[in-house]
Amino acid sequence: MRVAVASGKGGTGKTTVATSLALAWGECSFLDCDVEGPNAHLLLHPEIERSAEVTVPVPRLREEDCTYCGACADFCRSHALAVVPGKWMIFDQLCHACGGCTLVCPTRAIYEVDRRIGEVRFGHAGAIRFVQGELDAGEAHPIPVIEDVLKQAGDQGDVIIDSPPGTNCSMVEVAKEADIVLLVTEPTPFGLHDLTLAVEALKAINRPAAILVNRADWGAGEVHQYAAREAIPVVLEIPHLLAVAKGYARSRPLIESAPELRQHLLDLRAALVRTIRERAA
Amino acid sequence: MKICVTASSEGLNAPMDSRFARAPFMVIVDSETGEAETTANEAVSAGHGAGTQAAQTVSRLGAEILLTAHCGPKAFEVLAAAKVKVFGIGGGTVAEAVDAWKAGKLEEMENSDSSAGWAG
Repeated sequence: MRVAVASGKGGTGKTTVATSLALAWGECSFLDCDVEGPNAHLLLHPEIERSAEVTVPVPRLREEDCTYCGACADFCRSHALAVVPGKWMIFDQLCHACGGCTLVCPTRAIYEVDRRIGEVRFGHAGAIRFVQGELDAGEAHPIPVIEDVLKQAGDQGDVIIDSPPGTNCSMVEVAKEADIVLLVTEPTPFGLHDLTLAVEALKAINRPAAILVNRADWGAGEVHQYAAREAIPVVLEIPHLLAVAKGYARSRPLIESAPELRQHLLDLRAALVRTIRERAA
Repeated sequence: MKICVTASSEGLNAPMDSRFARAPFMVIVDSETGEAETTANEAVSAGHGAGTQAAQTVSRLGAEILLTAHCGPKAFEVLAAAKVKVFGIGGGTVAEAVDAWKAGKLEEMENSDSSAGWAG
């Protein structure tokens, strides 16, 4: 089962929950797809064994073949290419690597080179197979890095995916590869607002969802009402625990600071399987 | 000589728009005849790369001078390659901007003065 742990709002406890799910379940794969700020390693403490570069193809010019007709720049929807009399310019960070410019060039003056935009790292944290993607600082397009991490999901066993925050392309990219999306929320107006956005996004791509309410003792009534209206199960509530906050500040996972949650996190697996089945029926 | 002024509406009396690539209109003024022609700026709705797109439009319209308030780094690079000189001016109408340029009151920008995606 592939579980993406996501949230509309950032800071609800997505990584805190995802890492301790992995620790509770034991033998599984953990993919950190929050490539613009991966931090699951701070709680899982994996041994990194190797890494691989993530590259995208970007256009370059054989100047002697270019007539400066501007066909490439006209085609480029990202406006990564600019052609002015006698000069051809490429702005790598705007390029979405679609390859269109190389195809429309009438003199075939454009070729592609691989440009590094990030890295995928592989390792283990005990029985957990750990994969992490990181977009290089200053890069604008995280999707190719996320894609490379997701390729490591495999077909065997449980895969826990730490999704990027928000409800944007990055989150959708991860969610569409998941069997179920566990939405971690907090009972605040902001939390509920962004949970709504996330639920709407998942409806649009037809992915089943389950809700975990973190800091539920703040008063989760409205979250429950919303979940009932949307027919999404609330599979676990975690109270706001000082011991967890203290442990987190020392890179200790939730499950270590609050061992009483272990059984709940184990039981969560069955609840997720059930939700997937009910949705499929 | 053709002068391009970024504007929020059409014609010589249009108020200037302080943004370059996200200004809704570009007014091209002929410095000899004083005639003005307005072009809608397609880059206004660009998701990304509005600067590079708008800079190419200025070049395509044949302008040698651009009067605007702010210009990002990528746009500036394209304008420099197209040999378009950029002069900074913060407000007033298109006609006032052109007069100020003619009177030599404006300073040429030697570098981009705002970060990428400033108005986006």
